[in-house]
Amino acid sequence: MSELSEHLRALPLRILPPQLLAARGRLLGGRGSGYLIERHARAYRHAWLILVSGFFEPLFYLLSIGIGIGVLVGKVTGPGGHLVGFTSFVAPALLATSSMNGAVFDSTLNVFFRLKYAKLYDAALATPMRSGDVALGEIGWALIRGGLYAVAFMVVMLAMGLVHSAWAVFAIPTALLIGFAFAGAGMAATTFIRSWLDFEFVTLATLPMFLFSTTFYPLSVYPRPIQYVVDCTPLYQGIALLRGLTLGYVGPGLLWHVLYLAIMGMAGLAIAGRRISRLLLR
Amino acid sequence: MPDADILIAARGLTKRFGDFTAVDGIDFELRRGEAFGFLGPNGAGKSSTMRMIGCVSPPSGGELSILGLNPVLDGPAIRARLGVCPQDDTLDVELTVRENLLIYGRYFGLPRRVIAERTARLLDFVQLTERADDQVDPLSGGMKRRLTIARSLINEPEILILDEPTTGLDPQARHVVWDRLFRLKQQGVTLILTTHYMDEAEQLCDRLVVMDRGKIAAEGSPRQLIEAYSTPEVLELRFHVSDHEQAAEKVANAPSERMEVLADRILLYVIDGDAALAAVRALGLEPLTSLVRRSTLEDVFLRLTGRRLEDG
Repeated sequence: MSELSEHLRALPLRILPPQLLAARGRLLGGRGSGYLIERHARAYRHAWLILVSGFFEPLFYLLSIGIGIGVLVGKVTGPGGHLVGFTSFVAPALLATSSMNGAVFDSTLNVFFRLKYAKLYDAALATPMRSGDVALGEIGWALIRGGLYAVAFMVVMLAMGLVHSAWAVFAIPTALLIGFAFAGAGMAATTFIRSWLDFEFVTLATLPMFLFSTTFYPLSVYPRPIQYVVDCTPLYQGIALLRGLTLGYVGPGLLWHVLYLAIMGMAGLAIAGRRISRLLLR
Repeated sequence: MPDADILIAARGLTKRFGDFTAVDGIDFELRRGEAFGFLGPNGAGKSSTMRMIGCVSPPSGGELSILGLNPVLDGPAIRARLGVCPQDDTLDVELTVRENLLIYGRYFGLPRRVIAERTARLLDFVQLTERADDQVDPLSGGMKRRLTIARSLINEPEILILDEPTTGLDPQARHVVWDRLFRLKQQGVTLILTTHYMDEAEQLCDRLVVMDRGKIAAEGSPRQLIEAYSTPEVLELRFHVSDHEQAAEKVANAPSERMEVLADRILLYVIDGDAALAAVRALGLEPLTSLVRRSTLEDVFLRLTGRRLEDG
């Protein structure tokens, strides 16, 4: 009887062309990604402190730089040449940076550990899970975690009167988009990392972006050529988006930033899935 | 019409990594309900074969059919029906014992209720019920291995794949694992395992292949292999280190089917070990120690490859 049901269950697999079935999910990742997210949620129940601490980092930055230095600086030139308070100027940039840092941390250090040491994906890939599920699950988890921080940070911004426009309702999805872009890129990069030393390259990419992508002052302070360089960095896209939304200076130009980040995330996801197959399914 | 009881069929199965050929055109079949083993030293290609069967390593050549499906195209569908106990523990050290089974079961898409019910049964089976809510890391090697076995059974697999199931365990822990695997075998679970321990192969396998340097050297039941490639008895002689080589030359004059000179011992393959020992003494030799024993798979392997299993 159970054998019969076994055969019935296998039936659709024989009727559909196998190439089609093999292609589905290898590219996208499917339901399996949810199981990996479920796994992470359980694992973090035992390590909830790590979850909580992630919220405080951008908050401390906001209090120290935004408010402390803000008193000294006063107003700066915001989007479209409008003068805005320094704290209101810096806060969305800190949200963008924290979305980047959270996603990069999750998708590089954590993924590397799971890939090379915990053998988490080796175990998962012995089950019906696919490499695409693993890549999507990891990025999904990074987004859930980043989303929680973004909500908390937005609440603080609201309470401090740093939100100046109704467009700010799009700030959370935007923070998620930034997280998606960096988690995808970070995970793809991680599949090329050979040892812990290589993480210096990650820091080498993220720290200057944090410091120089108009986080603390407008793009106009740079000479022209440098403006072009900054204009091309991924974090700048995120900062420009969030700043526009929370300050209320929104135009169709912002859609370029959205496109940039979406392509970055999807390319990263595709590369990561493929590379995990190559690394683990040898 | 393929035989429905043949769960795995391999023809000319090959695995290459660059220039290195790990598995060199092997043929075998796994039948429903049997315990089938790959016996061979480290590096013989056993693990590569298991990974191909587990659909986590695409074959480089030959044919491989698992449960009537193609492992390259139907990997997830096949893996849903396999249980895999890998050589290195891949337990989730960030989760408890119970959560390990829960999450692994979820990877198979099983409902939590079904997993909870099976978990209670499986933890009882591997004698870990009392450790259910403990973290994994403090468990002993034997407990971790038993948990890995329990985990591999969560989806009630049709084939259980065990890659070196007791490597790295102390003798007592090995016997506990063997006992559990023997029970599974008696329940009718189809086992496919690799080992470089001849006693493990003798205890667990109904049928096995001897594998060496990527090729299958012989196939049969442990008894058949011993009958075909060895003598009923073996006389082991040990001489003083300084006399070892000289003694070996003289022992060669004693009647035997075959003689093997190892680094520390001389093995005489004979029908009657006591008679052979008397013959050796009649030559005027007095070994430091002598032992008459039955032939084992170790002797089969030595005969087939000229090397000892543990040497690798």
